[in-house]
Amino acid sequence: MSESAIKITNLTKRFDDITALDNLNLEIAWGELFGILGPNGAGKSTTVNILNTLLEPTEGSATVDGHDVGFDPEGVREVIGVCPQEPAFYPHLTGRENIILMGDMHLVPKDVLKERLNTMVEKIEMEDHIDRRAKKYSGGMIRRVSMLMALISDPKIALLDEPTVAMDPKSRRAVWDFIRELKERGKTVILTTHYMEEAQELCDRVAIIDEGSLIEIGSPKELMQKHQAKNLEEVFLKLTGKKLREAI
Amino acid sequence: MNRRRILALTKKNLKMMTREPAVLFMLIIFPLAMTFVFGLAFGGIGGGGTTSFDVGLLNQDVTSPQAEWSQAFANNLTSSEVFVIHHFDDNVTGQDALLQGNLDAFIVIPEGFGVSIESYYGSPFDPSAWDNSTIGLYVDSGSMMAVSAVPPLVQEALLKSIFGEDAMAMGLPVDIGSPALVESSTLTQWDFMAPGIFAFAAIFMTMIVAQSMTVERDEGLLRRLRTTPASSADYMLGHTFSYMIIAVVQVTLVLAASYMIGYRPQTGIAGIGFTFVISLAFSLVSVGFGLISATLSKSAETSTGISFAFIMPQLFFGTFMPLGGGMEVFANFMPSKHITNAIATLFLRGAPITATVIWVELAIVSLVGVLLIAVGIILFGRQGTR
Repeated sequence: MSESAIKITNLTKRFDDITALDNLNLEIAWGELFGILGPNGAGKSTTVNILNTLLEPTEGSATVDGHDVGFDPEGVREVIGVCPQEPAFYPHLTGRENIILMGDMHLVPKDVLKERLNTMVEKIEMEDHIDRRAKKYSGGMIRRVSMLMALISDPKIALLDEPTVAMDPKSRRAVWDFIRELKERGKTVILTTHYMEEAQELCDRVAIIDEGSLIEIGSPKELMQKHQAKNLEEVFLKLTGKKLREAI
Repeated sequence: MNRRRILALTKKNLKMMTREPAVLFMLIIFPLAMTFVFGLAFGGIGGGGTTSFDVGLLNQDVTSPQAEWSQAFANNLTSSEVFVIHHFDDNVTGQDALLQGNLDAFIVIPEGFGVSIESYYGSPFDPSAWDNSTIGLYVDSGSMMAVSAVPPLVQEALLKSIFGEDAMAMGLPVDIGSPALVESSTLTQWDFMAPGIFAFAAIFMTMIVAQSMTVERDEGLLRRLRTTPASSADYMLGHTFSYMIIAVVQVTLVLAASYMIGYRPQTGIAGIGFTFVISLAFSLVSVGFGLISATLSKSAETSTGISFAFIMPQLFFGTFMPLGGGMEVFANFMPSKHITNAIATLFLRGAPITATVIWVELAIVSLVGVLLIAVGIILFGRQGTR
């Protein structure tokens, strides 16, 4: 096992003349629940998409469990589970079939896959719907199934990009409990979110990114103390001059 | 590459296809419906009747010392129960009969026909020493069946006259099926059309592949799969195998439907088996065209239109539509024409599966299929996941 779960060094990503990430440096420890916060266009999804090997860095490097995303993307994909911002699923398959497909891609043993799926489905309260075609799901159900698709392989590192967007409060709480349990089991979780209370509630540390640059990093408590703020949203406002919700 | 991943992706594709009514219709119901409609309309049951062709024959070489060759050719034409031969004494009368629709075709054996053949046997390896001559073949362009069927039958009778019964075993570069064709006696129009239905069924896979891949790309499913350990090869093979399975189902259903309405191909189990093999090869062509269409398409909607740019030429030039002149040359560039030719050689002409021509056609279809898949993978890999 490498020293840190994720190490980002001088990472820069440009799309033509737009700089989405500018010399980003981050190190995330094993077992950490790490939040990446920032308004739309800040570079959160670009960071996640480089870590999940969908994008290649323009400059700098990133390693996931010691595997360089540019030189060893196959190694990276073996250890990550990705819940994308836009939930991608096969509408004509059932929720169960979508999740099993991802388990098959990760070669999870069949018996383990079945047992794990049943346990996870119960935890996110989808027992009554998991065998329905996914096209009939509500937005919240799709989000939950999408998260199980990411986590069915029991990855060492979970990359969750806005996993609770469009969820009702009850479902969101269920997902929070699920994420906490991942942390308790020693998994490393990278969470991007627009919800400050979510980051404050769940994350060990957060990084605030704006216009592609890291502007602050630390635990929610440290940041609130440092900036004499009542909550993370206030910290964000003080640092960026932007209201996060308005930026969505 | 991993077998479990490929199998999982294949199963996923098959489930997606069978659960989408529009896809199921295009891949299964539509070919079946076409088989029933055309089979009943043009087959024996539907009153299509037995096909025979009224052919006029003018033998201008009848008085030459080598007249036995032209006589043998005339006999071979006559012995075919497909042709009803009407002898003419002059060209004008024959041409008139053709123009008036009394004949399906008019053949003129030229003076010097026998000399030509004897000159060939005198120096078989020296074409400069041959006395060339040309048989005049005039076909009623208003008869779809005559245009399709008469020229190869005449050509076959000619070869049989020159080389005898073993003409097919000589490996000549002549596009022809089997001597058995000349002896066929109960052909209906459907017999000529049926081989084209197999290509017809599989051609529409191109549209489904293009649509499904464009949707997977646009909905982020490809990107999601790319974050897993599954490789591009797993993904592409998953797609290819699922469409190969669909091809097998199509052939089975079209064959079964044809049998139900009385169609009996002039081949045995081996020929039927070969039909599955060449249909599998043709499914590669369809998947390849589908991949290319998906690459060129900006959305699932446009993919349908773009895929038709590949579908229509194959449909019109490579299935059961009548062709003539330059169109025949153009059709040779259509993979569907080659699968139709191979199946026609088996089903219509009753050639054995050892006949060189069907293996050549299989090789062409397979080679084109593999090339198209390779090009499709490269193009789709470059642009398809955008």
